[in-house]
Amino acid sequence: MATTKFLNREVVEMSEIILKMKNITKEFYGIKALDNVNLEVKKGEIHALVGENGAGKSTLMNVLSGVYTYGTYAGDILYEGKECKFTSIKDSEKLGIVIIHQELTLSPYLSAAENVFLGNEQAKNGIIDWEKTTTEARKLFKKVGLDEDPDAIANTLGVGKQQLIEIAKALSKNVKLLILDEPTAALNEDDSEKLLNLLLEFKKAGITSILISHKLKEVSKVSDRITILRDGATIETLNNDKNLSEDKIIKSMVGRDIVDYYPKRKHKIGDIFFEIKGWNVSDVADESKKIIDDVNINVRKGEVVGISGLMGAGRTELAMSIFGQSFGKKLSGKVLKNNKELKLNSISQAIDNGIAYVTEDRKNYGLVLIDSVKNNVSLPNLEKISKNSVINENEEIKIAEKYKSNFNIRSRDILQNTGDLSGGNQQKVVLSKWIFSDPDLLILDEPTRGIDVGAKREIYTIINGLAEEGKSILMISSELPELLEMCDRLYVMNKGRIVGELSKEEATAESVMKCIMKDNKEAEYGG
Amino acid sequence: MVDNKVDKINSVFKNNMRKYGMAIALILIIGLFQILTDGILLKPLNITNLILQNSYILILAVGMLLVIITGNVDLSVGSVVAFIGAIAAKLMIEQNMPVIPVIIISLLIGALVGAWHGFWIAFVKIPAFIVTLSGMLLFRGLTMVILKGQTLAPFEKSYQILSSGFIGDIFGGQTFHITTLLMGIVFSLIYVFVEMKNRKDKIKYGFDVISMKLLIAKISLIVIVINLLTYSFASYRGIPNVLVLLFFLVVIYTFVTNKTIAGRYIYATGGNEKAARLSGIKTNKVLFWVYVNMGLMTALAGIIFSGRLNAAMPGAGNGFELDAIAACYIGGASASGGIGTIIGAIIGGLVMGVLNNGMSILGIGIDWQQAIKGLVLLIAVAFDAYTKSKSNN
Ligand SMILES: Nc1ncnc2c1ncn2[C@@H]1O[C@H](COP(=O)(O)OP(=O)(O)OP(=O)(O)O)[C@@H](O)[C@H]1O
Ligand SMILES: [Mg+2]
Repeated sequence: MATTKFLNREVVEMSEIILKMKNITKEFYGIKALDNVNLEVKKGEIHALVGENGAGKSTLMNVLSGVYTYGTYAGDILYEGKECKFTSIKDSEKLGIVIIHQELTLSPYLSAAENVFLGNEQAKNGIIDWEKTTTEARKLFKKVGLDEDPDAIANTLGVGKQQLIEIAKALSKNVKLLILDEPTAALNEDDSEKLLNLLLEFKKAGITSILISHKLKEVSKVSDRITILRDGATIETLNNDKNLSEDKIIKSMVGRDIVDYYPKRKHKIGDIFFEIKGWNVSDVADESKKIIDDVNINVRKGEVVGISGLMGAGRTELAMSIFGQSFGKKLSGKVLKNNKELKLNSISQAIDNGIAYVTEDRKNYGLVLIDSVKNNVSLPNLEKISKNSVINENEEIKIAEKYKSNFNIRSRDILQNTGDLSGGNQQKVVLSKWIFSDPDLLILDEPTRGIDVGAKREIYTIINGLAEEGKSILMISSELPELLEMCDRLYVMNKGRIVGELSKEEATAESVMKCIMKDNKEAEYGG
Repeated sequence: MVDNKVDKINSVFKNNMRKYGMAIALILIIGLFQILTDGILLKPLNITNLILQNSYILILAVGMLLVIITGNVDLSVGSVVAFIGAIAAKLMIEQNMPVIPVIIISLLIGALVGAWHGFWIAFVKIPAFIVTLSGMLLFRGLTMVILKGQTLAPFEKSYQILSSGFIGDIFGGQTFHITTLLMGIVFSLIYVFVEMKNRKDKIKYGFDVISMKLLIAKISLIVIVINLLTYSFASYRGIPNVLVLLFFLVVIYTFVTNKTIAGRYIYATGGNEKAARLSGIKTNKVLFWVYVNMGLMTALAGIIFSGRLNAAMPGAGNGFELDAIAACYIGGASASGGIGTIIGAIIGGLVMGVLNNGMSILGIGIDWQQAIKGLVLLIAVAFDAYTKSKSNN
């Protein structure tokens, strides 16, 4: 009796573990990105994977899902008790392991339904059954709470909806283990909330999830257990119960205590430096489609000014239109610097006038991914390190090395291609490139998106340093707490208009929302 | 520890395999044909011929490489080579215009043709493939119109100086071309000086440099190759003018692509046009000028080719665009843009040139030559893709 009982327990425990990754080691060019990493995931749990930028989270998941095939890494993967040797992503998908990557991978010109069944078409004898495709897609959309026409073209949908399509796609593959690599990085709070609730629902349905995120709030909210990676090694796995504090996770992630999460800066706010007046921008093709509507804002010397608003409020569009009309068509308005009007017809004019814009989309707009860290940092500033149009490469190397060490950019060396860096480190390269251009007005668009806690603090410190030097900073962010802490003043934007201006003292989550709600209401009555 | 060292050596080897793979392949191919042809391949006379035969493709490859780095292509160059030849012939043979103005006008027209393509591609944003396909038809047609479907010949002797002339020997050497030997020595000295200066600059900035021994080994090897080559030319008729021209083009364009802002802009435009534009680069201007440059190179190739044929023909330059494009790809350029080197394109062009020449000596027909060239292109690019994926894992 005793022995059978013992055996039974063993069986139960075995079946509880759905995934076991043992001593995983993965190298790139002889450098270890993962060094004997262990990960155990229980069936039906939400398992969070956290760690600094470049800790190896995405790499570990790429090993698991067969992106890096068997033989290119060392160690074992046990899934449902069986050893796995994946030779392609298809192999892992067959077993119900589905990964949703850090960067969305929808095919932009295909419809939502087509994307859901991409590679898994609803077809008979090679002929696609469109009826079935649409109805099945509709069913899946319902499951993920997406209220959208299956025929809508993917790139016309917002990121939140695209994310849901990815999840619907995962469901269509009979997912048992869903891996989400920073799914909420590009989402606003509402959409993030929705997504997290969806994960909790999946959990009830017995689906296991691995969630990678830098947002510790959501990690503590939904996950059952948390595994922490640092420098390519497993530090520990923690049970997420009441006793677990965020500080503990952070300490484990960075290896030291972080006391002041938002570092303080010395206030030395000066006169109005930049002023944007009567700014109106329309769609390039269609002048009647107004996107920015009579915006008036200013930034003082040494001031950090935030622009808050929901996704689609027009913040990025405003920033890009100021940055040498890189977005839309300017209808009217002017930009003043020290009360003198600036000519900003092209991006190079904007740069020459001391304006820099750090994009929110680093892969598509920020970096040349097939080029080195060094060449990316110097790209907008080549004149500075050149004589008679000939680049002083030694100077260039020196500067790249300086930013690599100042910003703690984790790359093999400055000649590594930026495409091979982890997401957070790519962000630091984009920041370096614009800080090196030594701007008077630095426009930051989601500067901490996808960045770990330690690095966030580093970036806040950099921002403070620039402000103390007397630069003006305009900061767009979807993370309201960050804006509330960092900014001296806050503008609230809604539907292309400025609908509120709040001082640091007035600004709270409620007061910001109030501005937006009030505007929405007025629009209802007015229209 | 030992493991680590082996790994390092392995990865150094892998990385360099990519970088020097084609150069090594070229040396192997030369060695192979040197044996197969019983030493004819590297005879001074044959080396000279090889250079003369391939000069125009190499010049086209220099222009094409920049186009390919931007992620585009130019299919019109073959037709434009014929077009330029036709215009030169018309001016020179029918209008009796002297050589210098003819060359200047031809170059200008080449640049204008490039500007024409560049305008549609860069400013109207029509895909390069379509614009230059149209150019291919358009300029072939115009060539036939100008020549009325006939061959115009011969050119004046002086027109051929560039294509088939040799540098004069100011010392009037009897068995040896002394100026040629001297040039070899001068180039060697310049090369040694540049290498040493680079090293000194690096040390000044506190960077790692390769050991003096290794540097001396590298320098000696290259100095020996330079002087063997000039020695070989000196024992025939001296250095062909076109080789001097080619040499300067390679030096200038290598410098421009590696060391100047313009070069960086070209790579960035090809690597990620959107990111380049948001970094303040006027990417449409970059594209435009790259095509103007291509037009200029095509005109140069046109002048040399028509001079070498000593005639302007309606069908001249047929398929040159493909040879130039193949040279770039064999030399490691990427079809999606952002990657490629001038030296690579030259090596790619030489690989094809040596294959052609070697097979001709062996008496292999043009049909087989064509087929083998096709395979070489595929193998070269596949090899490149293979080493790339290897160094990633
Ligand atoms: N293809 C590659 N080539 C070379 N190095 C790579 C490659 N992919 C990842 N690395 C390196 O492996 C390490 C781990 O990267 P990984 O993307 O897994 O980090 P991460 O934990 O997901 O970080 P983030 O939070 O920034 O996304 C980094 O140092 C990165 O530079
Ligand atoms: Mg990652």
